[in-house]
Amino acid sequence: MSRVPVIALVGNPNAGKSALFNALTGARQKIANYPGVTVERKAGRAALPSGQPIELVDLPGSYSLDAASPDEEVTSQVVMGRFRGEAMPEVLVVVVDAANLEQHLVFAQELIALGRPVVVALNMVDLAERDGLVLDPAALSAALGVPVVPTVAVRKRGLDALLEEIEKAPQQDRALRHEVAELSLPERRLNAHNMATGAILSETAAHRWHSRLDKVLLNPWAGPVILLGLLFVMFQAVFAWADPFIALIEGMIETMIGFVEATLPAGILQDFLTQGVLSGVGSVIVFLPQIIILFAFILAMEQSGYMARAAFLMDRLMAYVGLSGRSFIPLLSSFACAIPGIMATRAIADPKDRLTTILIAPLMTCSARLPVYAVIIGAFIPARTVGPGIGLQGLVLFGLYLFGIVGAMLVALVLRRTVTKGAASGFIMEMPRYQVPPLRDLLIGLWQRAFIFLRRAGTIIFMATVILWVLLSFPKADPGESQVEASIAGHIADGLNVVMEPIGFNHEISLALIPAMAAREVAVSALATTYAIDGDEDAQAAGLTERLAADWSLPTALAFLAWFVFAPQCLSTIAVARRETNGWKWPVVMLAYLFGLAYVFAGITYWGALALGL
Amino acid sequence: MDTQLTLDQIAPGARAEIIAVAWDALAPEEAKRLRALGLDEGARVAVAHRGIFFGSDPMAITLGRTTIAIRRAHARAMQVKHP
Repeated sequence: MSRVPVIALVGNPNAGKSALFNALTGARQKIANYPGVTVERKAGRAALPSGQPIELVDLPGSYSLDAASPDEEVTSQVVMGRFRGEAMPEVLVVVVDAANLEQHLVFAQELIALGRPVVVALNMVDLAERDGLVLDPAALSAALGVPVVPTVAVRKRGLDALLEEIEKAPQQDRALRHEVAELSLPERRLNAHNMATGAILSETAAHRWHSRLDKVLLNPWAGPVILLGLLFVMFQAVFAWADPFIALIEGMIETMIGFVEATLPAGILQDFLTQGVLSGVGSVIVFLPQIIILFAFILAMEQSGYMARAAFLMDRLMAYVGLSGRSFIPLLSSFACAIPGIMATRAIADPKDRLTTILIAPLMTCSARLPVYAVIIGAFIPARTVGPGIGLQGLVLFGLYLFGIVGAMLVALVLRRTVTKGAASGFIMEMPRYQVPPLRDLLIGLWQRAFIFLRRAGTIIFMATVILWVLLSFPKADPGESQVEASIAGHIADGLNVVMEPIGFNHEISLALIPAMAAREVAVSALATTYAIDGDEDAQAAGLTERLAADWSLPTALAFLAWFVFAPQCLSTIAVARRETNGWKWPVVMLAYLFGLAYVFAGITYWGALALGL
Repeated sequence: MDTQLTLDQIAPGARAEIIAVAWDALAPEEAKRLRALGLDEGARVAVAHRGIFFGSDPMAITLGRTTIAIRRAHARAMQVKHP
């Protein structure tokens, strides 16, 4: 066989599919989208015991082949070999949660009935045992008529046996299967109940700590307070824990600038490397630690099972604005980045609910805004505490996040009454059992996010910075004239400034906003490049933060922050929104309302701050 | 028939058995999802949690070893009896 065979992992949500996928493929994963739809396609390489390489595909979790959401539609089509451009999987690895057989065997039966080579991974047997459940894989295998391999993805247990069975699967004897294709759902459910009961060797009084945890975390009073506290700690941590790492990266960049200045002769090339590449890209890479901390919290919440509880707690609040707790997960992901957030809306079944969530997702403060906020807060908000363990800078950051959230809720309220009017949708969601987030899965997730960020820094941000440097550096200014004013970019900014000046923006901001259309964090590198080019030697030695503190008034800085709460300055988000909504109509609506709000609120902030005498 | 007991009237901590579901009262996709999760006629459930603060929406229903969050509107379509 010349082509690498495709092996699909398929199963219910919360069966531990992704953990198994991570254990089998390690960090060698390729994440892309299925063509035409934006369901994430996670694929990775592994090898069978014979050495035959295989491509493992992790399909979206599903309850049935009769799809109830776009996510499930992909799973169903791929499994049945009907997905265009996707090879029919040679073997289906059906992943079931050992502690939840009664539910997961319903879908498993449906998959086995397809008559394809099937191996069942009886996953998370350790957690089942911890819950007092001892299972007999052989009995289950006899009942299903397919091989059953007990696995513990987190500890890499059972993986070799699983790969062995995958290798043998194409030669399976289908006659062993008792399943007939035409069973009804209640019949399958009864079967599942009997098989699950038959596979249990012993069942002691189950550990009740899941329900004990739920008693606290879903308590009508303590639950919301704990959630709010957790989110608060998350945003404080982003600032407090990242400092030493940021200093480290800054030091490295300065060393590199020093090295370039010492090695290369003064001139265009040296300027390009120091002012353009290193100052520009470096000023964005500095935020990697904060982004990793933010993602670590979000991934840990997801992997521990807490995220579904957060959705439960938020449902009532979301219902007020016509959404459901389901929307909370995409929206919380949007705090890291609106792109995975918008993609996660695929799990929302109701189309209007989903559209509303897509439209407000950019209002969640994504990690690309973090560099912008961090630089401005660092320059204008004093680093003092306003209470035990509460820093003023972290508090302002929290306020900015809150500003975005409140804005999003109000926009959702308006949208649901106007353009996305329709029946209020419901909220149906399975709550996964609690689990200590497996360190490896957490690290793989973090590595993937960090890699995406660095790739952005190396490509789109690098390009935008370089183009801006060129536009800023030419034509050369006459002696005594400001280089920035004389440059091409300076002239473009002059035009834009006519519109931006009334809301308190200065020339440098107008200049930075243009390349920042590519990505928000470019605003920081653009400001760094602008000041690096224009500054004299002393000014260049001072960091961007010091320059801003010296050059901008407080109302201008606050207006700049308000602008970034709303402004849709991210080409990738707009592209994803276009793909998700199948056309330009909604991305245009999104652009128009967000720029409108940005302008109005930046203006209000500027004039309000002036009136208060700030 | 308005004296029928429905799932939304069950207090947190109490058990019930679903004896009939008014599927027509639910959106088709939601009905499909509820059935796939096992919230169907014959299911023995317990109400684990309800709402936040003074509200009683949504509800967390336990069914076997799973916990499922639903809205009160869904629970209202499910006729139950005490087991």
